[in-house]
Amino acid sequence: MAREVAVVAFAQAPSVRREDRLNEVEMLMPVVREALDACGLTRSDIGFFVSGSSDYLAGASFAFVHALDAVGAWPPIEESHVEMDGAWALYEAWVRLQHGDIDTALVYAFGKSSPGPLRGLLALQLDPYLLAPLWPDAVSLAALQARVLLDAGRLTEADMAEVASRSRRAALDNPKAQLRGETAVEALLAEPYLVSPLRRHDCPPISDGAAVVVLAAGGRARSLTARPAWITGIDHRTEPHALGVRELAASPSTALAADRAGVFSAPVDVAELHAPFSHQELILREALRLGGRTLVNPSGGPLAANPMMVAGLIRIGEAARRVMDGSARRAVAHATSGPCLQQNLVCVLGADSG
Amino acid sequence: MIGVGQTRHASKRIDVSIAGLVREAALAALADARVDWADIDAVVIGKAPDMFEGVMMPELYLADALGAGGKPMLRVHTAGSVGGSTAIVAAHLVMAGVHRRVLTVAFEKQSDSDAMWALTVRTPFQLPVVAGAGGYFAPIVRSYIERSGAPPDVGIQVAVKDRLNALRNPYAHLHLADISAEKVAESPMLWDPIRYLECCPSSDGACAMVLAAEDSLGSPHDSPAWIHATAMRSEPTMFAGRDEVNPLAGRECAADLYRQAGVTDPRRQIDVAEIYVPFSWFEPMWMENLGFAPEKEGWRMTASGATAMEGDLPVNPSGGVLSSNPIGASGMLRFAEAAMQVRGQAGDHQVEGARLALGHAYGGGSQFFSMWLVSTQKPDR
Repeated sequence: MAREVAVVAFAQAPSVRREDRLNEVEMLMPVVREALDACGLTRSDIGFFVSGSSDYLAGASFAFVHALDAVGAWPPIEESHVEMDGAWALYEAWVRLQHGDIDTALVYAFGKSSPGPLRGLLALQLDPYLLAPLWPDAVSLAALQARVLLDAGRLTEADMAEVASRSRRAALDNPKAQLRGETAVEALLAEPYLVSPLRRHDCPPISDGAAVVVLAAGGRARSLTARPAWITGIDHRTEPHALGVRELAASPSTALAADRAGVFSAPVDVAELHAPFSHQELILREALRLGGRTLVNPSGGPLAANPMMVAGLIRIGEAARRVMDGSARRAVAHATSGPCLQQNLVCVLGADSG
Repeated sequence: MIGVGQTRHASKRIDVSIAGLVREAALAALADARVDWADIDAVVIGKAPDMFEGVMMPELYLADALGAGGKPMLRVHTAGSVGGSTAIVAAHLVMAGVHRRVLTVAFEKQSDSDAMWALTVRTPFQLPVVAGAGGYFAPIVRSYIERSGAPPDVGIQVAVKDRLNALRNPYAHLHLADISAEKVAESPMLWDPIRYLECCPSSDGACAMVLAAEDSLGSPHDSPAWIHATAMRSEPTMFAGRDEVNPLAGRECAADLYRQAGVTDPRRQIDVAEIYVPFSWFEPMWMENLGFAPEKEGWRMTASGATAMEGDLPVNPSGGVLSSNPIGASGMLRFAEAAMQVRGQAGDHQVEGARLALGHAYGGGSQFFSMWLVSTQKPDR
């Protein structure tokens, strides 16, 4: 039986297209402060620190080393780092808290995509011998996936525009979002293709951002906040990398992680899905078996703000926030990594720990 | 730890792709553990900066080669200590009861790039060192020599000892049969006081281990290396007053490790140590940091032969980082070699009667530490 662990605080920097004035540490510091203040802890109360980031965004090796200054590592701290989205850093923190010798963990993630050509850069995630030399950019690969769905009659371009329109309308209530506004589906469909069948609205914005989540176990969580968001299940799964061996129109790794995390055992009030492209929300809704009663991406989701290495952790934070403020009793957060939803994490958060 | 595998380490493994390299180590570890891909619940992979191979987040591409489809896969990166911290993250998955058998892999294919370049990229907010790791660490070594009053040839003695040890390790990158104190002394001075032959090589290589919960062990043949303690500590790269010669993070990491395992006299209780010595002088420095010798006295252990194969605390019987340095894997090789010693599977570099062994890794500007203690005996819990 897993030890009870809950999200007790979440904070994020505003996602912006280009943060020229602040480096990663300067972006993180007020966010760390806000998250700690929210649960009444200081840095010295934290038992374990773990972060998620990618050197390739900063364009420098060991980019995470300097980010240590954002949490202060003196006197020395117990600390780790994943070269992944911060959602996986949160997973490592959850595992670390299972040991029982510490009660708190601080998870942070940061990513500035603005310094480099993100769309092409992500081609460097691909098989370096057979695929990367062709430089298939991230939008083009997502377009292939959308085409599979359209050809199979699983959705229409209007369905995709509807996702985008709803996401940016929802973001009107999210001061941290980058893109927001009322947009009619008909107007969106009148726009030209970016990479057929994707239009600009089907794609996420390029964002700079940072986020922090504080976790606490058992009684410590109850003492820190009135309504902790208990992690009742968390699991992640990857799929083979070669696109030719994957079923692009489905997300079996999300479905498997959801099953292991216990998503299907009770109704879901809110789901925060890390679907960077509009058609991917429909794939994930199926994998997670979400019906009409579930509110999806009330924050606006990644179509409203998509800081790389951060957006997955934000999904967990946003889902937890809705449990903590009482607007949801049971929420699901999802994070993804890699081309066409290759790797997926699912986290179930509840007002009840059981 | 029920299975270990490593590749042959070399300056260029052009006979294999990156996937082929990690698979070579993983298959060896699975065979040693007598398990198959289907028996593995999760994969934890680590490596140093992605720019060393030019592949961003290579765990995505390596999912196929490591049989990770349908399984959890984590990618750790904590600078030079990453091989050690990757093993620790994997161990925690088992210790926390999340998984029963975890495959952990670390690698570097340094021949795909120039590590010197990858370590000196200009960024807007900091001054590039433009000197590689040796240039960064040389002033720290000078400071150690001045502080301790160590004779100038202690570094040379380490360089010779580790290369002689490597002659007993068939996987080692460097097999320098004619190594001698004279040869090291005559080799070019790269970053005073660090000579060419006092430096680690640049290697392609990988290491893998299978970690398992007790209830998943098969027959007694498994002869596991029992994990008694794991510890990690970090401190910032630079601030006024920081002791880079004897970093507090390393001392606290060791203290935490010993406390968990009930070690009160590490010099007497630990039988063999595989520690991260990329430049010769780090052996005496870490002897002090790890509590094997008092401050300023670590060099006496090297000088007296205590750290040699026949000494009372053999250090790096495998030849260490000075003989094989696939950066991301170098830390895991220390952890794996420590485990091999207590399993009695170290072959010609086996330390007789090794029961308790230390694996140690460090990274960044001597600021990230990861360690584990493994034993022939199951811990009392």
